[in-house]
Amino acid sequence: MKTYKQVFSELGEQKRAALIPFFVIGDPDFDTSLAIVKTAIDAGADVLELGIPFSDPIADGPTIQKADIRAMRSGMTVRKGLEFIRKVKNYKDIPIGLLMYYNLVYQYGTEQFFTDFHQAGANSVLVADLSIDDADEIVEPAVSAGLDTVFMVTPNTGPERMKLIASRTTGFIYTVSVLGVTGIREKLSDMIGGLVGKLKKLTGVPICVGFGISKAEHAATVASAGADGVIIGSKIVGLIESNLGNREKMLAEISTFLSEVKSTISPCTN
Amino acid sequence: MKYKGRFGDYGGFYVPEVLIPVLEELEEAFYRFYEDEQFVAELAQLSKNYAGRPSSLYYAKRFSEHVGFKVYLKREDLLHGGAHKVNNTLGQGLLAKYMGKAKLIAETGAGQHGLATAMIGALFGMETKIFMGVTDIERQSINVHKMKLCGAEVVPIEGGTGTLKDAINDALRYWTAHVTDTFYLFGSACGPHPYPTVVKHFQTCIGKETRQQCLEQIGRLPDIVVACVGGGSNAIGIFSGFIDDKNVRLIGVEAGGRSLSSGKHAATLVAGRVGILHGAKAYLLQDKEGQIHDTESVSAGLDYPAVGPEHCLLKDTGRAEYVAAEDEDVLDAFGLLSKTEGILPALEPSHALAFLCSQKGKLDAEQIVVVNLSGRGDKDVGIVEKRRPLEN
Repeated sequence: MKTYKQVFSELGEQKRAALIPFFVIGDPDFDTSLAIVKTAIDAGADVLELGIPFSDPIADGPTIQKADIRAMRSGMTVRKGLEFIRKVKNYKDIPIGLLMYYNLVYQYGTEQFFTDFHQAGANSVLVADLSIDDADEIVEPAVSAGLDTVFMVTPNTGPERMKLIASRTTGFIYTVSVLGVTGIREKLSDMIGGLVGKLKKLTGVPICVGFGISKAEHAATVASAGADGVIIGSKIVGLIESNLGNREKMLAEISTFLSEVKSTISPCTN
Repeated sequence: MKYKGRFGDYGGFYVPEVLIPVLEELEEAFYRFYEDEQFVAELAQLSKNYAGRPSSLYYAKRFSEHVGFKVYLKREDLLHGGAHKVNNTLGQGLLAKYMGKAKLIAETGAGQHGLATAMIGALFGMETKIFMGVTDIERQSINVHKMKLCGAEVVPIEGGTGTLKDAINDALRYWTAHVTDTFYLFGSACGPHPYPTVVKHFQTCIGKETRQQCLEQIGRLPDIVVACVGGGSNAIGIFSGFIDDKNVRLIGVEAGGRSLSSGKHAATLVAGRVGILHGAKAYLLQDKEGQIHDTESVSAGLDYPAVGPEHCLLKDTGRAEYVAAEDEDVLDAFGLLSKTEGILPALEPSHALAFLCSQKGKLDAEQIVVVNLSGRGDKDVGIVEKRRPLEN
């Protein structure tokens, strides 16, 4: 199974940042969702971030909330998430980071969740509503299941805390570019350059940036600030929403957008 | 964070990283000011002259005759704003002022916490936004209007079922994006640490006063203390005064909605399972995989699928008992108190009264039961009118 380490070191040699699209599994339905993810892989995704829908996603803005609702209405469940990941891995061996809200992991049984999802092909599990303060609840089960750990850093995370987060992260640091929830934004936050720089000085762990990256030029700016990866969620989830009646057009627009981003973030300019 | 904010294994602060620094700031400020002489004096003065504390303890003689035991009402319904909510909003509002925050946000279900926050926003001259589900806006329109009169903006939330849970989701999202100048004035003794501790602290006045009033007016402690439980702030407030009095039974009454067996209720402690929502580990109403259930109750203020972490611990240790009252019995109890005492209770504490009615014939005549009458029923007259039209 391809690891984050392999991907980031290959990309590092080519001086490229990783293209990391985010989707809600099962949005708008299981089969279309799988077709979307395959399209994203074909368009050059280096890593995938996939979320299992939750009824109360407090870290997400309206675009991803609606995706969660679509997926749940189409019958998406945690157990179907396992099957989805297996199918993606059968299509291509690409690292997959799961993005979860804690209650779904907790109800499944944390250790069992990590074991089963690792076996299905996931590389890491980021729990959006579990901070580094409670890392003990997930780090050991994750590591013993063979998963990498991913934690978030935000613009208001202090330097000591950044160090602590870096010390417990084996996959990559999910760097949030804004104070706020996920969503499409016109302008890229001006905090991002400084934040990536600070983290780069503190740690050798790969730094991937997400939240609000909505245009190819945003991605280019993030990559040139030194980020190892660019996570794009709401923008492409929005393309699903705006093309619900037309699957061909939906896939084409996602493909076009991700290809455009891919070309702007490679080669990395620094 | 300095403290873990745990009640047994419950509570904690399960929130996205971006909220940790603001919760830390709140925790630090709370522990810096809550015993500060000037803060305490200012809060005491406002509690007395603005809110109307102490609230009275009233012997409800005719209601007692009906149920067959002695019922005393802690009259939080007489406070400014019509509910116990003002205790908390004054405390947290003052804390926000001491912290130098210029803006307040709050979630609300029944609108009582929203109104109590809007009042305090006006009192301290702070810009105030209230997040409220569209279902609740419709069923509590009088409170919406009152909030607006106090100068607050009411933000309608359409997500989910348009009730309290959805209002909290969006208030948290808004806070995430406005952490620097905005104080989130949380309404109940639940949510992430330090809120359960902060809210309880500002509601302990209910329990302290009640205990003292019992000793002065009755000459002894009550046998039972009863309160309704949604998030659980009025209940934890009154329970706190008696927690060490082992002979005093503490009973929390949850919203049984249509009925427990129908699944359409909000009886979290009675029928829920432990999980994580809105920053805390607590009993939740959820499906097998952990998706949070929609709740249903005649009372907007109890219509919530989680509950304060300290109540979870009190349930597990057996120090408090938790039961549920169904909508129809609640409406009966609302009618009974109105008719026998001329007091219109809010539908939330009407749950506690419904439990009392269920004890008719089961408790002996000398037993003393104190009910926290946490709010007045003016806001609910429309709902009662619809469910129980008056005969001409």
